[in-house]
Amino acid sequence: MSSDTVAGLGARLRRGETDPAELAGRARGALESIADLHPVLRYTDDLAERQARRAARMLAESPATAGPLCGIPFAYKDVLCVEGVETSAGSKILQGFIPPYTGTALGRLLDAGAVPVAVTNCDEFAMGSSNENSAYGPVGNPWDGSRVPGGSSGGSAAVVAAGAVPFSLGTDTGGSIRQPASFCGVAGFKPTYGRVSRYGLIAFASSLDQIGPFARSVDDVASVFTAIAGHDPRDSTSSPTAVEPVGEQLGKGVAGLRLGIPREYMAEGLEPGVLSAVQAAFALLEKLGATLEEVSLPSTEAALSTYYIIAPAECSANLARMDGVRFGLHIDRPSLTDTYLETRGQGFGPEVKRRIMLGTYALSSGYYDAYYRQAQKVRTLIAEEFDRAFEKVDALVCPTSPIVAFPKGAKSDPLSMYLCDVLTLPVNLAGLPGISVPCGLSEGLPVGLQVIGPRLQDARVLRVARAYEQATAWHTQTAPPRAGAGRLA
Amino acid sequence: MTTASAVSTLEQVLERYEPVIGLEVHGQLLTRSKMFCGCSADYIGSPPNSNTCPVCLGLPGVLPVINRVAVEYVVRTALALNCEIPEDSKFDRKNYFYPDLPKGYQISQWDMPLSRNGHLTFTVDGEEVRCGITRVHLEEDTGTLQHAGDILQQARSSVVDLNRAGVPLMEIVGEPDLRGSEQAREYLVRLRQILVYIGVNDGNLEQGSFRCDANISLRRRGETGLGAKVEVKNMNSFRAVQRALDFEIVRQGRLLDQGATIPQETRGWVEAKGATISQRSKEYAHDYRYFPEPDLPPLHLGADFVERVRAGLPELPQQLVARLQREHGLSAYDAAILSAEREDARAFEALVAAGVPAKAAANWLMGEVARLSRETRVAIQRSGLGVEGLAALITLVEGGSINGSTAKELLEELYLPGGDPAALVGERGLAQVSDQAELERLVDAAIAQNPEAVADFRGGREQALQRLVGGVMKATQGRADARAVSSLLRERLAR
Repeated sequence: MSSDTVAGLGARLRRGETDPAELAGRARGALESIADLHPVLRYTDDLAERQARRAARMLAESPATAGPLCGIPFAYKDVLCVEGVETSAGSKILQGFIPPYTGTALGRLLDAGAVPVAVTNCDEFAMGSSNENSAYGPVGNPWDGSRVPGGSSGGSAAVVAAGAVPFSLGTDTGGSIRQPASFCGVAGFKPTYGRVSRYGLIAFASSLDQIGPFARSVDDVASVFTAIAGHDPRDSTSSPTAVEPVGEQLGKGVAGLRLGIPREYMAEGLEPGVLSAVQAAFALLEKLGATLEEVSLPSTEAALSTYYIIAPAECSANLARMDGVRFGLHIDRPSLTDTYLETRGQGFGPEVKRRIMLGTYALSSGYYDAYYRQAQKVRTLIAEEFDRAFEKVDALVCPTSPIVAFPKGAKSDPLSMYLCDVLTLPVNLAGLPGISVPCGLSEGLPVGLQVIGPRLQDARVLRVARAYEQATAWHTQTAPPRAGAGRLA
Repeated sequence: MTTASAVSTLEQVLERYEPVIGLEVHGQLLTRSKMFCGCSADYIGSPPNSNTCPVCLGLPGVLPVINRVAVEYVVRTALALNCEIPEDSKFDRKNYFYPDLPKGYQISQWDMPLSRNGHLTFTVDGEEVRCGITRVHLEEDTGTLQHAGDILQQARSSVVDLNRAGVPLMEIVGEPDLRGSEQAREYLVRLRQILVYIGVNDGNLEQGSFRCDANISLRRRGETGLGAKVEVKNMNSFRAVQRALDFEIVRQGRLLDQGATIPQETRGWVEAKGATISQRSKEYAHDYRYFPEPDLPPLHLGADFVERVRAGLPELPQQLVARLQREHGLSAYDAAILSAEREDARAFEALVAAGVPAKAAANWLMGEVARLSRETRVAIQRSGLGVEGLAALITLVEGGSINGSTAKELLEELYLPGGDPAALVGERGLAQVSDQAELERLVDAAIAQNPEAVADFRGGREQALQRLVGGVMKATQGRADARAVSSLLRERLAR
């Protein structure tokens, strides 16, 4: 058991070899030592101190019932709200915004005794695939600081990959957990839409957003998922179905499972190193007893354009509340209209503006039917194709990203950036659970294997991913040591 | 002709043109909490922005949760207005920027409202009017703004109060079936009455819990097409609605007479000027970019739910009017007046249940009691006397124990403080002089003391009798039954 996993640290806490405050302090030190990568936007020292005391009390009072996350330090993406801690969504427009409330997922982690130590950098309003759209500067990939960590949850992926914290929270709207997990060589899980409450998540695209964990093992991902999943009366889109206990399925292996490989996901555009790593993973899964077969998701090629109508349409409304009237940036001008224009003009970055404009256009009178309504129809089609595939197979396996981490600045035109998510965003359109786990290196950079399951079959996805992970050593590979960089353990 | 038409009166315009009017009514629902959060829906009187939470402030990261009671109230309203209730409905976002709209969009309903295709029938000048109800849907109210200056665009500064933001609001869209300001007014009166009856709205136009916008166009009599419609806003009384519509009829009629076309626009009623002024032309109309609210799953109303709401519908005004006539023999006029406010009808029924004859109960309630409740601003139910006391009082009159004028005085005296009328009658010796021998003695005394009046009466001057009656009433300090006195006098003088 690795000493920098949730499970490993939990064991040490229970043996009295360390305590929550010490772990939080060490995590903070480790994060500071990678400050050059810029994955952290701010530290949550006061909250960390309070939570560490709370966790210590929980461990002292009843070590048996304190859950696996009790006393474990973590970091969370700058789009999640905790009372009293600034959340800026990686944007100038929310600089200084301090939520007066705590979101559900984070509230559940706090109740489980987990100790937040830092808020992580991300693309502005979670819009991007490289973390280069953050208003506070890009994040470097721990494997190669000149490369991107992926996005939009780039900071959350980087801090886990660097070994500074054992887990973190991110959000995934079109691949924003799985793609950076793939780029940084860690496990990243997007649960079924509606499985984790979105209350307290600053919305990008409400019908696609989902909160999920990054960790260094599937077991740890499962622990975090178990803590944050479940119905929330504050989120009307959260599923009322009881969460299936993950632990019961997790160790069952893949023997006898039918796994599908979507033909369209193996098409042109895959880097050779990615292709060979993923094919090796398929072979291993077969060796572990799974049956692999090709399946077809014919509407895949329409997914990207569908996504880039629905997500911007929703974001154009979701971001309207950023108007400078009640919170965040306010640029005072004599007229109301100019105040709106200046505040939003200066507060939003170029990618956010692009998407607001795209969405506004797609919803406007005379274009709604051609764009938004059409996109919703295609979305239904995509979901139905997944449903049909899952009549034949138990889960799908494929690459997470067609490419490995690219150098900062390499993708300057928006379309080539959008193409990074071509293998992940159909999963969001269909509301399915998907995970990325490390499956090898290509030219020294991590490659991710994606496992996709039917709606609410989150446990099955984790089970397949864990079976693969346990049969390989990829998840134990860490980023090459960097000068001065410390690790938590 | 041009000069003449420029000064056409309302009547002259109406001779040539037929107004086509459709009303949109917004009614705040009397739920306990707001539409999508737990804040109180009763926001009046709270310090600015105190009745708020992250949800109704529209802070980043929060989500709406549907108030089920609000859905039930809209369904109740829709059923009372004879609407169809589709099983499936959904909420949509209506997008526009304004400081009183915290999220930058209003959660409303666009193409799948909670109800549609209803109607409201009522009578104006003996003619039955049937106004279609296009739809009743559910949305959220906005906050309120105060400007240092007349309007936001010219204000030096404005302050925002979000206490009202998120209060459940239903919109009742009427078909353009109304043909004049009187019909429009009556439609609103009837609609308001129904909403108050079924307990979903308090019907307060001044405070804006019941608000009305009107769409109005004119067409030449005999034509069936529709002219360009003008939307009129800012009317906060029934009278304002009627005046604004009459103003528009004249304004549009004169323009049409001059051969001008009516521009499609939004106009605001300015009470002080007695006129509407242009607010926004069609070119500046909003594109609200409606799309389905992704934070709320579609709403599925089971047939069970709708039937349960239907079964729980209270008696509606028209049903009550019919029943009062049928069960209590009231005239249509009396029944309508007594059921204008549900409370009055309740008082009436309580009086009848306490043994008061229906006609007497109706007369007292519509007469003296109505006057007192207006003057004191306290309804009989909440007065010290109460319905029970009133019943006791009327019973004294009906039983002949006291006369009408004594009863009126007692009512006035006891209305607010309350008290037992019978006890007071005994205490003060107010009982009507009903002892025949005593009455005869008084009548004889009056005859003896007023020979002139007696002579006049016998000479054929009927009015002279009143002088004699007056004498008896004076002698009894008003405690005699004037009619009995009068007939006794006739009897005596005829001998």
